[in-house]
Amino acid sequence: MPLLSLRAVSRDFDVSRPWLNRVLEGEPRRLLRAVDGVDLEVEAGETLALVGESGSGKSTVARLIVGLYPPSAGTVNFSGRRMQMIFQDPYASLNPRWRVRDIVAEPMRILHTKKEVGECLREVGLSPEDAERYPHEFSGGQRQRISIARALAGEPDLLVCDEPTSALDVSVQAQILNLMTDLQRRLGLTYVFISHNLAVVSQVADRVGVMYLGRIVEIASAKELFSRPRHPYTRMLLDAVPDLELSGRPRTPVAGEVPNPLDPPPGCAFNPRCPHANERCRTEKPALIDNVACHAVAEGRI
Amino acid sequence: MTLEVKGLKVEFPSRRGTLTALDDVSFSIQRGEVLGVVGESGAGKSLTGLSIIGLLEPPGRIAGGEILLEGKRIDRLPPEEMRRVRGRRIGVVFQDPLTSLNPLFTIGAQLEETIVTHLDLGKAAARERALSLLREVGIPAPEARYDNYPHQFSGGMRQRVVIALAIAAEPVLLIADEPTTALDVSIQAQIIALLKRLARERGTAVMLITHDMGVIAETSQRVAVMYAGRVVEIGPVHEVIRAPLHPYTVGLMGSIPKIGIERKKLVQIEGAMPRLNAIPPGCAFNPRCPKRFARCLAQRPDPIAVGARAAACWLHAAP
Repeated sequence: MPLLSLRAVSRDFDVSRPWLNRVLEGEPRRLLRAVDGVDLEVEAGETLALVGESGSGKSTVARLIVGLYPPSAGTVNFSGRRMQMIFQDPYASLNPRWRVRDIVAEPMRILHTKKEVGECLREVGLSPEDAERYPHEFSGGQRQRISIARALAGEPDLLVCDEPTSALDVSVQAQILNLMTDLQRRLGLTYVFISHNLAVVSQVADRVGVMYLGRIVEIASAKELFSRPRHPYTRMLLDAVPDLELSGRPRTPVAGEVPNPLDPPPGCAFNPRCPHANERCRTEKPALIDNVACHAVAEGRI
Repeated sequence: MTLEVKGLKVEFPSRRGTLTALDDVSFSIQRGEVLGVVGESGAGKSLTGLSIIGLLEPPGRIAGGEILLEGKRIDRLPPEEMRRVRGRRIGVVFQDPLTSLNPLFTIGAQLEETIVTHLDLGKAAARERALSLLREVGIPAPEARYDNYPHQFSGGMRQRVVIALAIAAEPVLLIADEPTTALDVSIQAQIIALLKRLARERGTAVMLITHDMGVIAETSQRVAVMYAGRVVEIGPVHEVIRAPLHPYTVGLMGSIPKIGIERKKLVQIEGAMPRLNAIPPGCAFNPRCPKRFARCLAQRPDPIAVGARAAACWLHAAP
């Protein structure tokens, strides 16, 4: 049985104008579908990454998993004991008035786990003496270590990480990514890793789901996805990543932008930007078949 | 040479003594060249840009060195004259396109204002020029978007408008400070392509400030790597990326995750960049440097020429 499974999970947000305006101007309610029928399974011990651009719904999926939002439809099943979350901004996610000791001890107090603050701090490369200090005395990377220590204090089996290194400088990002890899090996953790950065994802993920406008358009092992991307959107994303190898490989220029999620195009949401779109793509939403949601792939056109 | 910065030193006087934020920063940019300036937060890259355009926040001040635009010094100009240089001869693009645009005016009005301020054009001619600028930066159907307000544009389109504003008066130098950082990768690629095209077609010198080595690899001919207020390595992008000279650049390149099938542990530079009030004696990188030796602890290295490059590191000093 997978540790975590999502079945046809959707989440709508009500973005209607105030009631009075709607009544006076005769406007209907407006719903924004941030996540649209997502199916996911995460096995114990693996790292599943979700990548996508802003508005793809990847952070909403993270919040649905940990229960910060209830799903509008579908079910989230978790067969483990506990999950914890690590957030993007280590400046906003630590209470500035609390000592590190209190921050890290909070999950232990609430969940009655048998960890020690000093031990948690050592696990993330801080020293037990740091417990008496306040968050402002630490750099961004150290603060993210405190967030991880706090997450570990709850003895989770699943860690949901929402852009955990996006606010950090690259050299600090490398420290945190290495730390997360070490912790996973040592403690047998399972990660759901949300990121917009494909290179970071290729560093940590076993499997990768690519999201576009609330749907998973492709999901595959990291190896397969990065060597043989199948969905045109995945190909475009990979082509857009700046080339540090300076290989001068030929690349198709990226065109267009993510459409407005309030008014998504009919059919496949990617069709206005897709070089392979045909009439069917413009009218019929592709289902995830054999891990790719694309008519052109299913029909063998590409 | 479009821009020459020689021995630039910027200080912030404070009650606890003077902090040196930039120390002996030197580089130059030619016509049509893109120079990438890369470094981590606090390395001084944005401060270098602000010094050039004369927008250092007091009490910060230029305490030494020279800044020359097309051979003429601009670091000592009175504010009124500097204001004419900004916009007319130096264009600026900042990270967040929303804060660079006035939300109360249409983008057409903002472009027209900039054009009329800097160029001797009438209203009709200014409108024509504004439309052609919007077309040049890749806004589809500029006539239809002309009377739209900034909030009606997407992030990528807004950044294109900001770039149109920056190049409206045909500046010789464009300073772009993290122009793609707030944007998604697919939009980032489009803005990179636009900046490259402007440098090539208009001969504008571009100073591209970013923390992202990938963006620099895609756009720049040369790169300056900054650390703790100094340029530690400068040279052609291909050479710096393929065979970095300075141990900091080596660590920086190794710590960038790369898309690949084989996964290696990322290179870690232990510790963090020192704060301005705690820069160690000798080379500022010495506490984190795996190759330090006695001289690094005592003496601060100046950039040492190595072929087409220069690296501020004693490893490359002549024996």
